[in-house]
Amino acid sequence: MSHTAPVQDWATDFDVLDPRYVSDPFSIWDDLRKSCPIAHTDRRKSSWLPTRYDDVTAIAHDIAHFSSLKVAVIPGDEDEDPNADFDGPNLEYGLPPISADPPLHTWTRRLLLPWFSHTRVDSYVPLTRELCRGLLDRFADEGRADAAADYAQQIPVRVIARILGVSTDLSDTFTGWVRDVLEFADDPERRQRGAEGLLNYFLGQLEDRRQHPGDDLLSELLTTEVDGTPVDDGIVLGMAALVLIAGVDTTWSAIGSSLWHLAAHPDDRRRLATEPDLMATAVEELLRAYSPVTMAREVTEDVEYGGCPMKAGDKVLMNFPAANRDPEAFEQPDEVQLDRAHNRHVAFGSGIHRCAGSNLARMELQVALEEWMARIPEFSLAEGQEITWAGGQVRGPRILPVVFP
Amino acid sequence: MGGRAGARATYPAGGIPMKIRVDSEKCQGHARCYGLAPEIFDVDDYGQASVLLDEIPPELQEKARLAVANCPEYAIEIVSD
Repeated sequence: MSHTAPVQDWATDFDVLDPRYVSDPFSIWDDLRKSCPIAHTDRRKSSWLPTRYDDVTAIAHDIAHFSSLKVAVIPGDEDEDPNADFDGPNLEYGLPPISADPPLHTWTRRLLLPWFSHTRVDSYVPLTRELCRGLLDRFADEGRADAAADYAQQIPVRVIARILGVSTDLSDTFTGWVRDVLEFADDPERRQRGAEGLLNYFLGQLEDRRQHPGDDLLSELLTTEVDGTPVDDGIVLGMAALVLIAGVDTTWSAIGSSLWHLAAHPDDRRRLATEPDLMATAVEELLRAYSPVTMAREVTEDVEYGGCPMKAGDKVLMNFPAANRDPEAFEQPDEVQLDRAHNRHVAFGSGIHRCAGSNLARMELQVALEEWMARIPEFSLAEGQEITWAGGQVRGPRILPVVFP
Repeated sequence: MGGRAGARATYPAGGIPMKIRVDSEKCQGHARCYGLAPEIFDVDDYGQASVLLDEIPPELQEKARLAVANCPEYAIEIVSD
């Protein structure tokens, strides 16, 4: 059962689902970096939370002690049994390559990477732009919109659906499943429902592609041979599910957080409107300041790191968002500087698990902001209307009412 | 970064020679170098970055330094400067 008592001591009893952490983790990280840079909790499961850039990146690179087999920030049934209550192909490999260590990680990642290369991603720009314009058409004349639900949320899921070769008509259903798995991970029923919906859907799709292959990712995975052997059905299913899960909430959160920032900071918004050449640099800065994703690692054997006695089976939450706010690594880290020239951010992780879709995510964020700014250069937060944020594995706004002339 | 003498014959008058390399063991395909300086770097289908130019001309050296300073894996090195 989850522990929902308010946190009194962040160093020894943190909770990433505490409302204070979800709404403003930044001041909590600041305090921790000064007093106890690797926090611990026994809520849900013994877990560690590094907050310094050097610790997060060092742990990400130490794959011998910190395995990726269980990457969920909120422990669930799959921490015990990946096939819990699922009647389908063997998912003992989880969602490779994200939930795999080498050697499985290495070859499954090589199968995915070409689909997200910068040349391939360039070819997705026109459909992304067209999609954004279509969404803006719906509300640009209304004077108000929910920038999260009406815009940000609608973009990545449709681009990913096209890459996978599945129907964009089901985008809302996909979004629901992904949210169940990631955002409502603390609710076992929703988490289970999302996982089953997703996996059963892809089981059907894989069967369909076997009969009617296309030029999509699913078809390719089904016909690929590795060392002369077809890829195991369970691995194909896991990879398909991963592409959807990892490609939806994450980028949508980055788009939403960036629009929140621009709505709340008129100087930055006007600067971006008058200096469009700044966009690529601004995108990296917004990714740094509002990094959406935290991934988990599992300690493989008892190890002391930074004075912390980590036990085999403990989780370590790869706090990339906090690393990106570390004053040791970034000057004035809590200040968004759209022209920040030196920005070694790790929003897409660090080491061998660097987000395989980072080129795609970056493109979607940039195109989404360009199209929004071109159509709605002046906008602000709607006064008196509540903004809600999701947190845990992925942080970003879910309701973001904005108004514009 | 250590300056290494020799190896290079001539360079444009008034320019300062610069060579850079990408450590393929460290590179993880973030593609920040390509984003900042596509004239200098390419990144292949698997995320591996490479340097397109034997010598970085003076007008691109600032961009090369930016790429070095933005690589999250510290994989780009100035080998002669």
